[in-house]
Amino acid sequence: MLEMKSRWAPYWQAAPLAIVLLIFFVLPLLVTLAVSFWTYTGYSIEPAMVSDNYASAFDKCLASLPDLCTTFRTYLSTLKFCLIVWLITLVLGFTVAYFLVFEVKSNNMRLILALITTIPFWTSNVIRMISWIPLLGRNGVVNQWLLSVGLISEPLDWLLYSNFSVVLALVHLNTVFMIVPILNSMSRIDKSLVEAAYDTGASGWQTLWNVIIPLSKTGIAIGSIFVITVVMGDFISIGLMGGQQIASAGKVIESQINALQFPIAAANAVVLLAIVLMIIWTLLRFVDIRKEL
Amino acid sequence: MARPADLELASVTKRYGDTTAVDSINLKIKAGTYCCLLGPSGCGKSSTLRMIAGHEAVSDGDIVLGHDIVNKLPPAKRGTAMMFQSYALFPHLSVRDNVAFSLKMKGVGKVDRSIKATEALKLVDMTRYAERLPAQLSGGQQQRVALARALVTDPQLLLLDEPLSALDPFLKIKVRAELKRFQRELGISFIHVTHSQEEAMALADLIVIMNNGKIEQMGTPREIFNAPSTEFVARFIGGHNVMPLEGRSISVRADRLSLSPGGGDGVAASVREVEYQGTAVYVSLATDAGIEMTAIVPERAFYQQPFETGDTVTVHWNPDDIHELSASA
Repeated sequence: MLEMKSRWAPYWQAAPLAIVLLIFFVLPLLVTLAVSFWTYTGYSIEPAMVSDNYASAFDKCLASLPDLCTTFRTYLSTLKFCLIVWLITLVLGFTVAYFLVFEVKSNNMRLILALITTIPFWTSNVIRMISWIPLLGRNGVVNQWLLSVGLISEPLDWLLYSNFSVVLALVHLNTVFMIVPILNSMSRIDKSLVEAAYDTGASGWQTLWNVIIPLSKTGIAIGSIFVITVVMGDFISIGLMGGQQIASAGKVIESQINALQFPIAAANAVVLLAIVLMIIWTLLRFVDIRKEL
Repeated sequence: MARPADLELASVTKRYGDTTAVDSINLKIKAGTYCCLLGPSGCGKSSTLRMIAGHEAVSDGDIVLGHDIVNKLPPAKRGTAMMFQSYALFPHLSVRDNVAFSLKMKGVGKVDRSIKATEALKLVDMTRYAERLPAQLSGGQQQRVALARALVTDPQLLLLDEPLSALDPFLKIKVRAELKRFQRELGISFIHVTHSQEEAMALADLIVIMNNGKIEQMGTPREIFNAPSTEFVARFIGGHNVMPLEGRSISVRADRLSLSPGGGDGVAASVREVEYQGTAVYVSLATDAGIEMTAIVPERAFYQQPFETGDTVTVHWNPDDIHELSASA
């Protein structure tokens, strides 16, 4: 009796989370997958098992190569943002984490500064983005200041509703996703390892490259997954900060949903999911994140 | 191979803000000496070691290694190497790469690196484990790897920061013997920080006892045990009974006390505790005046005339065994 109980105990303990994940994650995903094979017309959606939606998502894409079709260009542009934002958040996040772990000596100060990095999360991300507008607009604070200092003679147009502002907003929103996991794995590095490296004659950069980066690898990978998945699926920031002029994979799906074209939106979502999973799979080939769990 | 060198500390001082951790100490260590810095925690022994290693800046005074003042040099330029308390092996690198790390930092080629690392590993008998990660080794094995990593640079001086504290008691004694053997074979000086007087006695050619940032006494283990200069040393080294005698402070070794049943010459005391230790029996005593003493009585002698807790006994010692102490420095 007791044996029976203990054998099933772990399953019971895991059951609540498993059920939540099943209902709110696996099931919707399966529904999306199923809907992506349905057919639709201007006024109806019918269950079916056709690959038309995938075909029309990549309409004439292969035929028109080497010219890029709209879909490819959209994905390329999304990937470009993803790469730029990933690089910037990685450098920023790593630097901030390094500063917090190795330069800040007092534990209280470290805690306070780490909490400060989460301040952007105290408001909704829409508000965070909108607050850039009075700053970066044609008559915004930045332009007026630059004008008054005399650095420019007429307002800069590229500050807002541009690639620049999109990247800026995405970096602003996502850097903390990079900081926290890197901070987590970096703070586990035994300080005596840094001393040992110094003892063996390693320079600061050598210690960084040979000791600190390899030991922060799992944090870097987890942070990268956060940032890449968020940016790849983003449509709010790119829409808002790009003045609705910049295409992104997420935006395509959003506009299809708005047009009630659920099947093709689902097909696009599945494609996007596949691409993101491929990126993550590649990342995980380099890093074993189980070490961090 | 390493060129053994003398080490000299000339009024070396370390201050942290207002507190003085190491107070103007002078110390000469001849090449090829096994030196133990011994003292309670906070006595300044670790700060001293870290200053010699170059991990802590010297506030005042000079550290001379061989013919050079090395105060301002980074560790790798001093010809010292340090073995850390928890060994500080790089967890992401194999044993071989750990040992070869300093060579890699110097830009030594891969092949030479591997050859030298293998040599160092051979020295500590760890070649079999070259491809393992530190986490896959036992404490004693990790310690050997740390030693190999320190020795691969051919240091003139090896600094060990409580190297045995992470090991279990059984292993401690085994590794202790190994350290001594390595030191003898290499012929370089080892400076070993410890708070265990037993460890220091077993290993050291020269024991330096520190307290409150100052050197309390230095000498060979026998000199120190037989002639502790201060009350602090006598108490810290153990095996001594410190007591007042006609206004002076004296010590008598615990194994020089003899006990007899009540009456006769000597000091009357009552038995507080009897501890059987195998080869000897430790008898804790307290006199009427409240002075506490310990007598170490050989097993056979004790059981010819056993005492129990609460018995009144007379404690004797030979006047020659009285050792005068100066006031604690």
